[in-house]
Amino acid sequence: MTAQGRELGLGKDLIGLESLTGAQIEAILDTAEPFKEISERKIKKVPVLRGQTIVNLFLEPSTRTRISFEFAEKRLSADTVNISSAGSSVQKGETLVDTARNLEAMRIHMVVVRHGSSGAAKFLADRIPSNVINAGDGQHEHPTQALLDLLTIRDRFGAIAGRRVCIVGDILHSRVARSNIWGLLKCGAEVAVCGPRTLIPAGIEELGVQRLGSIEEAIEWCDVLYVLRLQLERMEGGYVPSLREYNRVFGVSSERLGRAGDEMIVLHPGPMNRGVEIDSDVADGPRSVILPQVTNGVAVRMAVLYLLAGGRPELAEDAKVGGP
Amino acid sequence: MSGSLLLAGGRVIDPSAGMDEVRDVLVRDGRIEAVARGVAGPEGIPRIEARGLVVAPGLIDVHVHLREPGAEHKETIRTGARSAAAGGFTTIWAMPNTDPPLDDPAAVGFVREEARRWARKGEGGARVSPVAAASLGLAGRQMTEIGGLVEAGAVAVTDDGHPIHDPALMRRLLEYTQSFGIPVLQHAEDMALSAGGVMNEGAVATALGLRGIPNASEATVVARDIYLAELTGGHVHVQHVSTREAVELIRLARERGVRVSGEASPHHMALTEEAVRGYRTEAKMNPPLRSEADRLAVRQGLIDGVLECVATDHAPHHYEEKEREFDDAPFGIVGLETALAVCIGELVTPGDLPLFDLIERMSTAPARLMGIEGGTLRAGSRADLVLFDPEEAWTVDPANFHSKSRNTPFGGWEVTGRVKRTIVGGETRYEEGG
Repeated sequence: MTAQGRELGLGKDLIGLESLTGAQIEAILDTAEPFKEISERKIKKVPVLRGQTIVNLFLEPSTRTRISFEFAEKRLSADTVNISSAGSSVQKGETLVDTARNLEAMRIHMVVVRHGSSGAAKFLADRIPSNVINAGDGQHEHPTQALLDLLTIRDRFGAIAGRRVCIVGDILHSRVARSNIWGLLKCGAEVAVCGPRTLIPAGIEELGVQRLGSIEEAIEWCDVLYVLRLQLERMEGGYVPSLREYNRVFGVSSERLGRAGDEMIVLHPGPMNRGVEIDSDVADGPRSVILPQVTNGVAVRMAVLYLLAGGRPELAEDAKVGGP
Repeated sequence: MSGSLLLAGGRVIDPSAGMDEVRDVLVRDGRIEAVARGVAGPEGIPRIEARGLVVAPGLIDVHVHLREPGAEHKETIRTGARSAAAGGFTTIWAMPNTDPPLDDPAAVGFVREEARRWARKGEGGARVSPVAAASLGLAGRQMTEIGGLVEAGAVAVTDDGHPIHDPALMRRLLEYTQSFGIPVLQHAEDMALSAGGVMNEGAVATALGLRGIPNASEATVVARDIYLAELTGGHVHVQHVSTREAVELIRLARERGVRVSGEASPHHMALTEEAVRGYRTEAKMNPPLRSEADRLAVRQGLIDGVLECVATDHAPHHYEEKEREFDDAPFGIVGLETALAVCIGELVTPGDLPLFDLIERMSTAPARLMGIEGGTLRAGSRADLVLFDPEEAWTVDPANFHSKSRNTPFGGWEVTGRVKRTIVGGETRYEEGG
């Protein structure tokens, strides 16, 4: 990588937000600002990453994240290849090490990886010289999701510092929760979690967050209610007795939002289970910023791609014309 | 004169005799003949200079995986026994979770005979004692033919790696084994509570997004087994104790006379869950590395003698098997060639356990506990000895291991205490640089 990329100190890869500073995270969000405009143009393409080859290695199902990355890459003029586990050598039993070595042998620049095992993105990053962007590894981190959430919160409130954010639901299995916890804390927010005790991981307080006992308490306390998806298999795992029960105890309804402050907003990483963790009138209601999250996702991913390719945050506006 | 040696001028530590003195040791025909000052060896007996070295009964490890039959790419009986000798061990107990498992007399006999065969060819290492499966196929349902297995050479029974879950089976085992005077070794873990966990449950696992194994997974089974040992009068030995709760349970049970014993592994005394950070698969083992409070409790348990012996749980895995996603990597690390030095560094150097006591925990105590030969230099006993330099500093380089596998979290560690020679039945089975 070029020297400029190192100036921000991001290093070669984006594996998680745990290892970043608040200043670095804010700089990524600042860089995303000028990129927002590209998606509003009639011709949504700039030459920033012309000649860069990017592999989207999605070894776990994903629609939103994969498409969002692909739009970001294409709007920056990168050449992209998509690999999913179905029908690939991975399904034939190729190890991640061999997959990595083979990709590298084809002289690529970046890999965007989604994988079902925690640590897989780092594993890959440690073994290839290309830039690696973690698009979700097991239950570990999903840094670009948290960055787009942070950008959405910042858009609404002007700043993240001092805001109270409560993440509700299945914290135990959620990489989105972990990345958000690190990102929010580093940017100066107060963070709480709320959910059935079966889905709150051990030692969560040691990460610097507080636990709130009930959804009502959470709604009254927070400026941002971050509602996580309840994966349907959690029922079979015995973590919650039924979806109906979950909705009764932790579901976010407009009735419950009656206790919220005037400015309070609702986020959700998608895909939503309407009527389980969130009711439709909330998802589609005035407090919801769920669609702005999706829009911001493309801008944030453009910023990450640009920065790892060696771009400087302060030159992002100019880069849209010329390339990094 | 084969099997005869004079070890001259070493610091002889023999916990069985309360001895820690500079002495000569005369070995004849594979047995200790004399331990005294100024022994003049008869003509023709090789004299080995032991000045500056500790001369001690050979180390005994009651928890080793040799992988043969079935996974010879990880380790064989030959390489495992030689790895043991290089670590100062003269007797190791081979666990039965091979493929096929050691659940019938032929399989048990094979392990014993294979070790002897290599020894006859001059490529032997430590003595290998097979531990038989407690249940057929390690399936936890039907008891194995323990009488026949003991006749074939089995020294204990266990389903190690597959914890004995059924309390009725555990009860029957603790009763039935009494006819043969052997212990039941238990890997104490409630698999339902572990539920796919890959490391210790807690803040580190939460940050890494890895599934955790709670302390209660071990402690609940230890508690149950203690009550079953109390009910039956049988001897249950808890393998690789990893939690403060289990140490406390064993302490209390022993105070009221229950026949329960436990072992401490070097890695549970030297490392915590922090070693997993970075998804280091060489720090993935089961039971997992725990919290600092647990590490200190296990260490104190060994110091106090609540946990009577050190055991490595030597678990070789091929490089490729560990070189993968953390969830998919197998549990286990090798331990035979680092155990003595790691224990000296963790226990003796800080002044918490005299070297004499460490030798006791690694040799005399396991022999006494399990009722086997060894752990002593008394005249007439088998000449199983280790000579080591307790002061020599060295760097652990897995590339130099005698084991087939390299999966250790101690690679690159600066350690103290170097094995110079290991003698089994009067025959040198390992010599540094030899």
